[in-house]
Amino acid sequence: MERIVYRELKSTPKVWGLMALCAAFVGAAGLSVLYIEHHGHIVTGMNNQIVWGLPHVFAIFLIVAASGALNVSSIGSVFGKMAYKPVARLSNVLAVSLLAGGLAVLVLDLGRPDRLVLAMYTYNFTSIFAWNILLYTGFMAVVAVYLYTLMARGVPAKALKAASLLAFVWRLALTTGTGSIFGWLVARQAYDAAIMAPLFIAMSFAFGMAMFMLVMILTTSITSRVYSPELRTRQARLLGVFVAVVMYFTLVQHLSAIYVAEHTGVERFILLEGGIYTRLFWVGQILLGGIIPMILLFHPKIDTQKIYVLLGALLVVLGGMVQLYVIIVGGQAYPLEIFPGFEVSSSFSDGVINSYTPTYLELMLGLGGVALALMIAGLAMKFLRIVPDNLSDDNVDPAVLAD
Amino acid sequence: MKRLLVSVLMIAALLGAPVLAEGLLPNIPKAIGEPHPEGNEYWRINHPALLSHDRDMTVIDGVRNTDASLAECVSCHAVKGPDAAPVTVESDQHFCRACHDYAAVKIDCFQCHNSVPEVADQAMLLPYRENPVAELRAYLEGVSQ
Amino acid sequence: MIIPTKKEKGAEVSRRDFLKSGAALATVTLAPGVTLMAFGGKAQADGLKPGARWGLLIDAGKCPEDCSACVSACSQEHGWEDNGLDTDPQWIRKVTLKETATGRENSLPVMCQHCESPPCVDVCPTGASFKREDGIVLVNRHTCIGCRYCMMACPFKARSFVHEQITDQKTTTPRGNGTVEGCNLCVHKIDRGDGTTACVEACQATGNNAMMFGDLNDPESEIAVAVATYASQELRADLGLGLGVRYQNI
Repeated sequence: MERIVYRELKSTPKVWGLMALCAAFVGAAGLSVLYIEHHGHIVTGMNNQIVWGLPHVFAIFLIVAASGALNVSSIGSVFGKMAYKPVARLSNVLAVSLLAGGLAVLVLDLGRPDRLVLAMYTYNFTSIFAWNILLYTGFMAVVAVYLYTLMARGVPAKALKAASLLAFVWRLALTTGTGSIFGWLVARQAYDAAIMAPLFIAMSFAFGMAMFMLVMILTTSITSRVYSPELRTRQARLLGVFVAVVMYFTLVQHLSAIYVAEHTGVERFILLEGGIYTRLFWVGQILLGGIIPMILLFHPKIDTQKIYVLLGALLVVLGGMVQLYVIIVGGQAYPLEIFPGFEVSSSFSDGVINSYTPTYLELMLGLGGVALALMIAGLAMKFLRIVPDNLSDDNVDPAVLAD
Repeated sequence: MKRLLVSVLMIAALLGAPVLAEGLLPNIPKAIGEPHPEGNEYWRINHPALLSHDRDMTVIDGVRNTDASLAECVSCHAVKGPDAAPVTVESDQHFCRACHDYAAVKIDCFQCHNSVPEVADQAMLLPYRENPVAELRAYLEGVSQ
Repeated sequence: MIIPTKKEKGAEVSRRDFLKSGAALATVTLAPGVTLMAFGGKAQADGLKPGARWGLLIDAGKCPEDCSACVSACSQEHGWEDNGLDTDPQWIRKVTLKETATGRENSLPVMCQHCESPPCVDVCPTGASFKREDGIVLVNRHTCIGCRYCMMACPFKARSFVHEQITDQKTTTPRGNGTVEGCNLCVHKIDRGDGTTACVEACQATGNNAMMFGDLNDPESEIAVAVATYASQELRADLGLGLGVRYQNI
């Protein structure tokens, strides 16, 4: 077993080509933001009934995946699993970059993004949104410190342990906060549920691991480095478990809501009569995002069939975005219950299912956030010693080789 | 080298001549009403802070009789355009733009506030009085007793 | 007839002082030591009425289905227009109800309910959505960053987002692109002593008298007497938000 060597990425055409592609997407997102800011949100598909749309789906996905991406290094540092330690640096970098990408999308979709500086010093501490802003920026600082303890020489083991524990706890608080953005809203039938926070924690485990694995597969294939099949298999199995946990919390969320008479309306909408939302839920979230990935990731041949891992992770990401779309947009499509026991109609879309058609502007903004995350991670990998060079099976974990 | 320097300076002077011809400072249109008792210099320096402070007073505390009420600024500092109507902030003749364009400081007040006084609504600023002269006479007679 | 201020030397009146004398100024100085109090109407000092809780009482029984005078009046007063687009603002709207169990039909206006514990105030990250001391829930558009979280949080869909650039705003209701807005109980009218809101005024002008405005905390006000005498309810009373708008005969 060799000592793990971390090396910067070499400047190959593939690496720079990928960077250029990401930069193009980021540029497109920038242009769309300028367009939206100038003309107003009327050029997007969002309106007074569906106030948060596709950009928010992307943003929340990235933010949730960011906290989950840190998991990989937490498993190594907090829970002491040796096999995960070599990829801890990448995990930290990815956590920060995914969060940056998600925040960029969130902030650029504001009605007045020029007032962001104001949002940094006028705080309303009863707002979970305000707390989230503090949690997100704090997360970046904590993860940076944690990365320092991982990378610097002569750092005492206790400091590493403390930093990793703080980062782990912080990331749980952050994801709880993100879930509570929805869970603490009494207004809407689809939200107002305490289970939102644990559901989001479970989602963060799954999405973060899936994004990490995808980035790992992409990086190692472009740079011709080894991604230990042993580690990859372990992570794939773990991802399968995380997906199962998400399915469990989704089941509990919907079962509980169905049982309560007040919420049967919205459940009937999402699960049966919601048209696009019902299709997205069953086909996108449950089938493509849950059942098929679990079949792939728990497949006995997964250590030799790299394609199962890739497909499984991709489907988890896709299913995750669909899940967030159903939660965020589907939750807004169902009308507010202002007059229980009455059928209502008005000139302000009371009592009707609200419709939302995303525009290309919003898609560009969302994709730009993903591209920004990849770009930041890529630049870090290029200039810093983040990615292990010799992550073969021999060097992963001596305990594994024993059996 | 010297010839290069001289030619560069001449080009700069030619390009800068229009600016120098107009004067180095912005051309600020005159206001309609009485001058500020504190003096123009005071307002020039302090208007951002005064506006920020007084707007909080108005929005949060409901105090509308403030020194720095934007509606009052706009009505006194209205600049008449070619059609004798006040120009909006779209035109660079607008009072605020005269300095702000020069200083290149972007203001976003007029994203929300109207940049011209609303003639029709000026009557709305006064509550309706049935017979103000009679009421005043009655008050003065009461005071004199 | 305009009374000149102390600062004036002659009888000449500047536009500034013309406006000052009207715009909610309660006292004007005639000469050193002699002050003319605001005559007629309510002698309202500048600022909030201490201890007030402004509210509305709406009798749905008196509200005809085909009347939307309150909506037109609000729209006129504040300068917003609903042309049927999903992105158009709507501060107040007429809602037609049909009781599912019995088939009985009804109609009433719905606007911001000016809650005692407003969810929109709780969730606003910058504190732009706030509750004034006198109970009016407002958006401080100077601080609003346009995140629309308050719109997600409001159980009554009271808030609208401004989706496009706006020009020619009413001086008394500034509104602009990228901020959130909603019924502000005609704060500018209340602050200058009008004692009513545009919607209530319009409703009374039609003769239906379905809406009443007043100080819920003043035991002698018409509205306080009415809610203490006759049954009235809050919308979504189960949420326990303590609304400032009460309804009868839903």
